[in-house]
Amino acid sequence: MSANTSGHRAFSFGRVAAITGNTLTELTRLKLFYVVLLFALLLIGSSLFMARMTFQQEFQVLKDIGLGSMSIFSSLLAVVATARLIPQDVEDRTIYTILAKPVPRFEYLLGKLLGVLLLLAISLAIMAAFFFFVLHFREHGVLRETAHQMTGASPDQLSEALRAVSASAFNANLFGAIAIVYFKACLLASLTLFVSTFATTTIFTIIVMAFVYFIGHLQAIAREYWLQTNSAGWLTNLFLGVVALVFPDLQLFNLTDDIVAGNAIPLALFFSTATVGLFHTGFYLLLAWAVFFRKEL
Amino acid sequence: MIRGLVVGLGLALFGAARLPIEHAISEEHRRLHFRAVDFDLGLREQVGQLGFVAALSGFRSLVADALFVQAHVAWERTEWSRVLLLFRQVTTLQPRALLFWDMAAWHMAWNASTAALNDRTQPRLALRIKAQREYLALGRDFLERGIKNNPERPQLYEALARLYRDKYNDHEHAAEFFAKAASLPGAPSYVKRFAAYELAQCPGREQEAYAQLHALYHSSENERVPTLLRRLHELEIKLDIPADQRIPDILP
Repeated sequence: MSANTSGHRAFSFGRVAAITGNTLTELTRLKLFYVVLLFALLLIGSSLFMARMTFQQEFQVLKDIGLGSMSIFSSLLAVVATARLIPQDVEDRTIYTILAKPVPRFEYLLGKLLGVLLLLAISLAIMAAFFFFVLHFREHGVLRETAHQMTGASPDQLSEALRAVSASAFNANLFGAIAIVYFKACLLASLTLFVSTFATTTIFTIIVMAFVYFIGHLQAIAREYWLQTNSAGWLTNLFLGVVALVFPDLQLFNLTDDIVAGNAIPLALFFSTATVGLFHTGFYLLLAWAVFFRKEL
Repeated sequence: MIRGLVVGLGLALFGAARLPIEHAISEEHRRLHFRAVDFDLGLREQVGQLGFVAALSGFRSLVADALFVQAHVAWERTEWSRVLLLFRQVTTLQPRALLFWDMAAWHMAWNASTAALNDRTQPRLALRIKAQREYLALGRDFLERGIKNNPERPQLYEALARLYRDKYNDHEHAAEFFAKAASLPGAPSYVKRFAAYELAQCPGREQEAYAQLHALYHSSENERVPTLLRRLHELEIKLDIPADQRIPDILP
């Protein structure tokens, strides 16, 4: 009987959505998710109690800590949550129940990955909301202090001072910075899924990903050296070439440092970074499928 | 085995396809002066092992902030050598944050230099003056390096102009840097006036200063601030401008 006559479709969004929903539910039941989120929120909140400096310094430190926490914890969550997906399903034997049904393995992997990406989006949204709340709270405090300090100043001077405070606190580029943090976390989640398809244990996947994370931040140096230097020996060239070709350039996603420093990120650069992130995510999913396809479980 | 080879080949092909894209984005970053940090032994020596690892992992700004807070504490304790060391590390890690360059220069040229001049533990005035000048030079160096890393932003040019004006009494250089700041987008409107004020104090350039102040006076009502009117009046007298060409509301 052919697939069409039985009513079974080769690809079904419904099946993917069901796996995504289950994965998300499963992940939100993990204590780890709440612990990571709590630590992130604590770190973002703690920036309020930093040394009281001038308002520009305070806002710079606050934004650095806020965006830095989001980057650390979303990367951590992406790796740890994804690394345990397949081994846990094997251990619980859920994977056999799912794959015994007419569910293609690609749909299974896609559903799992989308579940993690949804979890990352939710956690990042919570962190971002808390970060903006903290920023707004401090901005409000500084505005009140400034208005108090400038009692008796002309309305023009007062409004200029208040404008300066508001400009130091919030700028629209912060949304771009958070989006870039999310794309980086998506890439890491997808890469972790790929590693976990051939890894034997969760801990192995996490250790491999820790190395990938560090090497990924150095990839740009290796790549530039490889592309521009001809004097290095063949062994060095081979090593640099492997690093440049195999590992993603994670430094591309570190735009937050520059955004917090007050630099505007051109829209074209934002979109090219986002596209690179999404392409990597898609490609590593395909690679994961290539390994997982017909893998004996 | 075959699957492993296919996956390996896929990774390499994907790597080869993305290389030019990643390289182009990196070039764009360089053009915009992003990621202006060299991860070399110099940085490793400056920020220590832990800081270096953190910086490598993409947490440059967090390490820079932690060091900045330490520098703030060192300043409160007036440990000037430590302030200098920490600000060197901070500005190395975050060369695009103007605030750090500005603060580093301010601490060196204003606070540390004054403290050195009033240092009661040093009885010899000549050595106190020497120390003061060294701190002034350190402040200037921070601003010059900050400008090199952020040539398109006016704030550090303005800070350097103030340093020349207030600490070196060098009106020629002060005028030059105020003018440079004024020529960049985002500069506050007063910088142009400040450039003309400084020019007015440079011997032999009074005519040029008068022309600039005159133009500012006619450009907008908002430019007619008391200092501008006073400087114009002084120049009118100095340059012996005929009474009918003088600014009406500053005529005696």
